[in-house]
Amino acid sequence: MTTRCSVLLATASMLLAMMALPAQAALRVFACEPEWGALARELGGPLVEVTVATTALQDPHQIQARPSLMARTRNADLVVCTGAELEVGWLPLLLQQSGNARVQTGQPGNFAAADAVRMLDQPAQLDRAQGDVHAAGNPHVQTDPRNIAAVAAALGARMQLLDPGQAADYARRQADFAQRWQQAIARWTVAAAPLKGLPVVSQHKAFVYLYDWLGLKEVAVLEPKPGVEATASHLRSVLATMKATPARMVLYAAYQDPRPSDWLQQNAGIPAVKLAFTVGGTDGAKDLFGLFDDTVARLLAAAGKP
Amino acid sequence: MQALEQRLRAAESAGPAVPQAPASPSAAAAPVLPPPAPLAQPVPPPPAQSAGANAFNPAISLILSGLYARSSQDPARYAMTGFQLPTAAELGPAARGLSLAETELALSANIDPWWRGVATVSLHADNGVSVEQAFVQTTALGQGLRLKAGRFFSGLGYLNAQHAHTWDFVDNPLAYQAFLGTQYGDDGLQLTWLAPTDQFVELGVELGRGRGFPGSGGGGNGAGMAALTAHTGGDVGASHSWRAGLSVLGAKAEGLGLTGVGAGGGAVTSAFSGNTRVWIADAVWKWAPDGNAARTNFKLQGEFLQSRRSGSLVYDVGGADSAGAYRSLQSGWYLQGVWQFMPRWRVALRGERLDAGHANLGANAGGFAGDGYRPRKHTLMLDHSASEFSRVRLQFAQDRSRQGALDNQLSLQYLMSLGAHGAHGY
Repeated sequence: MTTRCSVLLATASMLLAMMALPAQAALRVFACEPEWGALARELGGPLVEVTVATTALQDPHQIQARPSLMARTRNADLVVCTGAELEVGWLPLLLQQSGNARVQTGQPGNFAAADAVRMLDQPAQLDRAQGDVHAAGNPHVQTDPRNIAAVAAALGARMQLLDPGQAADYARRQADFAQRWQQAIARWTVAAAPLKGLPVVSQHKAFVYLYDWLGLKEVAVLEPKPGVEATASHLRSVLATMKATPARMVLYAAYQDPRPSDWLQQNAGIPAVKLAFTVGGTDGAKDLFGLFDDTVARLLAAAGKP
Repeated sequence: MQALEQRLRAAESAGPAVPQAPASPSAAAAPVLPPPAPLAQPVPPPPAQSAGANAFNPAISLILSGLYARSSQDPARYAMTGFQLPTAAELGPAARGLSLAETELALSANIDPWWRGVATVSLHADNGVSVEQAFVQTTALGQGLRLKAGRFFSGLGYLNAQHAHTWDFVDNPLAYQAFLGTQYGDDGLQLTWLAPTDQFVELGVELGRGRGFPGSGGGGNGAGMAALTAHTGGDVGASHSWRAGLSVLGAKAEGLGLTGVGAGGGAVTSAFSGNTRVWIADAVWKWAPDGNAARTNFKLQGEFLQSRRSGSLVYDVGGADSAGAYRSLQSGWYLQGVWQFMPRWRVALRGERLDAGHANLGANAGGFAGDGYRPRKHTLMLDHSASEFSRVRLQFAQDRSRQGALDNQLSLQYLMSLGAHGAHGY
């Protein structure tokens, strides 16, 4: 009788254990933006199953909480997003409606890249009259590879925490990535050295971290306020500003409407440079390494310093 | 005093914030900007935000709205011929002239690690206040389950759960007005479950007191309303997404006040007791090139509603007071398309139709006008959103709700939100 009981008990507990931890299951990662999806793949390899909510051709501020995203949030073990209110319009809704307790804010399954980096452009004053400002600072942190390194360290540690059975494997992958990434940063920094001090115009304040890294100087922005589309009158005023402080190129992200930058190219005679902004934004930006190879190459080409 | 002066001086020497605007060459040369320090090691995470008592304040948002309306028929005598509308609800076009629309104050925050709370208070133009929503919801049940308790908009159909300020037109479709009293909200419980599949499948069950039309406030120990909802959806490539669903609402009424058009053409108030069952089929499809809706996008949505009532009706309350059996089957649909043809600008067209059916009135046969009448309405809308937080809208509608009386309606509306960032619902 007791043996039958214990057999039943053992079977039940085995079943429960199987339900709780399916054997061989990959860590399911839901990445808000392609750069974090790519980073999760670098750090997790076959240990993770990554879905990415947006593409490089989509404006990450302007996403809707679509049914497909809700279904994928529900099944995620780890949500990796930029944070700093970049996804304020859609991520809270996804988390609320997913019914997934593992990925709620404050849980180990909720990872915000912005928490791992030094934020720039923190507004002195929070007022929507200033446009789409983010209290925590400029959220486009992925344009500086040193930020990617900082996020990789934090994300790798988080993956080990969530999937302790594979912690050694994650640690090995992370060390390998960190080494390759530091070498790549050194290579990009040397290659981009001639860009230091170069005055540029941005279409959106999307590249402050890139400028901080390479020492580019932003002399004007085509959007009159962050997130407010360029108007004809503002474009003319930028053109007038450039008479006093000339710029060498105008930069826009792959997901943006190129027309304001094209207008400046025609009227100011400086090249308009499309930057991938994230993985998949251009043909060259196939992964994180390609993203910065391509970004640096495009900047050098536009500056006439190949 | 000296200490204060010292502190003041220290604050002054800390200097103004670095200007965001393009710096003039002289300013750039001045040693205001610290040299960019190379960052070799990741910095520690930023400190938590201010730790005062205010730090736990909920997210607050306020919706401000107002409109100008003109119509060729008097909105005060609005009716849908062949339909008995709830006497208590505000239906039909807005009052003529300039008026303030609903001001909506919303507060929300996590309550503890297990619950989240939301309250939406509506401030009406006539200085009245109503609780539009006030609910608590679980955040940690897991397994795709969520339980909501309190007052909330039912998850029926596509439009029902959406707040008025997110509608694509000034008004809700006729079918929602006729069968759900514009929008069905109730006091009760809602349990939803999201299936663990890549395909979005969400099922919901609701129980409530049946507070409003088509219920009448219950009064018994049990539930006066029950609803079941099922929705599914997904993406097709990067550019297309969709959602479709089927829902059913059952509500009990006891002496529910209804106003219809009598056989003589005048308004007749009657009282309905019995059951109402409303079925709703809904579908929405959205398109944006490469999924980037910032520049252009298109949304097509349609819903079909069917309402079946069975019970008894006291015809002409306070007048004839004639009781009789009552059975009716009525239906309606709308189809609308919204096209953002350039950033900030959208144009939309909506077509809709109702079918009054042939009610079985028993002893009161022939008491109402419009047996089998089919109201129609066409609406054209143009709106401009200077930002995500403000919208100005112009709308023109041709409404044939009243048999033989075309109503041309023109509305000019503003909708603005301040405070917490609104959600980009689907």
